[in-house]
Amino acid sequence: MAKLSLSDLHAIRDREEKNLKKRDIHGRTVHVVVAMGTSGIDAGAKLTLNTLADDVEKLGLDNVIITQTGSAAPNPEPVVEVYTPKTGLVVYGSVDKEAAHRIAEEHLKGGKILEDLRIELKDKEQ
Amino acid sequence: MGFKNYILVCGGTGCESSRSDQIYHALIDEAAAQGVADQVQVIKTGCFGFCEQGPIVKILPEDSFYVQVKPEDAKELIAEHVIKGREVTRLLYNKAPHKAFEEVEDIQFYQKQMRIVLRNCGSIDPENIDEYIAAGGYKALEKVLFDMTPDDVINELKTAGLRGRGGAGFPTWMKWNFTKQENNPVKYVVCNADEGDPGAYMDRSTLEGDPHSVLEAMTICGHTVGAHQGFIYIRAEYPLAIHRLEVAMKQAREYGLLGKDILGSGFDYDIEIRLGAGAFVCGEETALLQSIEGHRGMPKPRPPFPASKGLWGKPTVINNVETWANVAQIINNGGQWFASIGTPDSHGTKVFALTGKICNSGLVEVPMGTTLREIVYDIGGGIAHGKKFKAVQTGGPSGGVITEENLDTPIDFGGLQKIGSMMGSGGMIVMDEDDCIVDVAKFYLNFTVDESCGMCAPCRIGGKSLCNILEKITQGKGEENDIKQIEQIAHAMKIGSLCALGQTAPNPVLSTLHYFPEEYKAHIVDKKCPSGKCKKLISYEINPSKCIGCTACSRKCPVGAISGEVKKPHKINGNVCIKCGVCKDTCKFSAIEIH
Repeated sequence: MAKLSLSDLHAIRDREEKNLKKRDIHGRTVHVVVAMGTSGIDAGAKLTLNTLADDVEKLGLDNVIITQTGSAAPNPEPVVEVYTPKTGLVVYGSVDKEAAHRIAEEHLKGGKILEDLRIELKDKEQ
Repeated sequence: MGFKNYILVCGGTGCESSRSDQIYHALIDEAAAQGVADQVQVIKTGCFGFCEQGPIVKILPEDSFYVQVKPEDAKELIAEHVIKGREVTRLLYNKAPHKAFEEVEDIQFYQKQMRIVLRNCGSIDPENIDEYIAAGGYKALEKVLFDMTPDDVINELKTAGLRGRGGAGFPTWMKWNFTKQENNPVKYVVCNADEGDPGAYMDRSTLEGDPHSVLEAMTICGHTVGAHQGFIYIRAEYPLAIHRLEVAMKQAREYGLLGKDILGSGFDYDIEIRLGAGAFVCGEETALLQSIEGHRGMPKPRPPFPASKGLWGKPTVINNVETWANVAQIINNGGQWFASIGTPDSHGTKVFALTGKICNSGLVEVPMGTTLREIVYDIGGGIAHGKKFKAVQTGGPSGGVITEENLDTPIDFGGLQKIGSMMGSGGMIVMDEDDCIVDVAKFYLNFTVDESCGMCAPCRIGGKSLCNILEKITQGKGEENDIKQIEQIAHAMKIGSLCALGQTAPNPVLSTLHYFPEEYKAHIVDKKCPSGKCKKLISYEINPSKCIGCTACSRKCPVGAISGEVKKPHKINGNVCIKCGVCKDTCKFSAIEIH
């Protein structure tokens, strides 16, 4: 009697493939950056980041890469930048949990820019 | 909630020797101490290949490539990169953070490479079978056990045109087919992991970074030729590779991917490790089989070939590690795919261990047909310290040198043979203007003399005689007749030795003689060593017009051979001087010259 049947092997592969895929960044075209400076975290950027990460996983968007960056003050934080080849670079301000859900669902998945959340990025030095 | 960052730490022997294991543990400890253990996964992988810059740590998803990392850097990497999302610029290879939204810029070292054999090295954890399975592992075995006949497998290898990566380049499908056709209930499969060429470490890295790829291929072969037992012959001085193999075999057995009734197919197969004591001749297949049987490692006349009468007289398939590592990919992607890579003469890729006087030493895998120039200059980054390129030694002690004029020769089995070298297992040692070609030939000859098993007189006596002649030449006692003698002895060794060790041992001498006759002549006739390496043929002298009398050299000289008054040109006493070169390295005014 075999220890592992063919379907057991497939089950292992399916389960582990998902985990390994998360480490594969090649061919990911959608890039999300969350500003995680002290002021950003204070404004709730951690919740924003977690929400985005969870949603991306839930929606199975395997072309999305989420990274963090430093402070985005003096803009209305939490600030999230989204880049897709179609929409180009879009910056969102005051991204709370609710807004994060919308970004994931409508922009990352749907490819639609959320004009009501959009801000113009102000540079620190100016 | 999944992990947000993945930290890949190189766990190859090279990086482990510069404390990558400590880095791995420090990162795990720091992640826990800073409260982000649930956000980051630290993975120890196989060799990244970029050994020059090790230890290497790569953090995903940013694809930040950190080099020369120390265990003390773990705290900063976790605090800055993982928690704050800021790259630690000082440790990055190109010292500049990635610009957001730009394509991840490839490091030039990797641009011309193509990874088939090393596909999983540096991306999966070699001690976790699940990761290998996730990366498509054991798919080929599945296909072979359930969807292909043994003849299909052989045909696929034939279409692929895979040739043995151990050096000689014998078509793999033929070896398998010979053994398959033998009518014998007991057959064996052997992996030759007795990597012995100076400077070569691709087999070690493959086993360390992706041991399952070899186990899977050997199992496929077992099923194809009708064998139920495999052996991996590996030298005991590769402890990490042995450990990873043992872990991999244990996990494969637990999953029943080795053992009885594999995947319910009814096929039984298992693999054992046999340790070698590190004799170079045991890389020769018949000597290797002798050693596995417990005898002294000495070659046997062929035929009979191992394919019909090998281990314990049974039909045996024996392939090199790198050859095995190609098999599963060929089954998965098809022979056509493999045949489309490389040159008409040699398909697929080849892994080279790039070492010597090169900027980026490391492990590189390129499609066959890549030129040496691309490997040395584009991947290797050129010669270190701005020196001039002299030659590349390929094929280890059996190969020869390749000079500037042949840098644009596409590298494949035939191409290298045509210019007097050979593929060998893939060691590539780059030499610059400071290397003396006679000295290099002497080094390789000394190696083969040490490693000769002593059975055949031409190899045993001829090798030693060649060595003596070269020694004489580098001592300044060379005679015009020496070159002729070298050629005669070399010829006798080539036709009179039983195995490849003796047959190819004169190659380094013949090849250097062919490409650098003037350098031999300088040693023999002019009693000079142009690169200043042979101590008996050089003298250090101080150029009085350049020496300002700073006394720096005389204070550094270990034997007190330099004298002179302050602010006046100094002198070296040639009778006392031991030619260590410390004065030359010390002098800031280039006043010390070699004559």
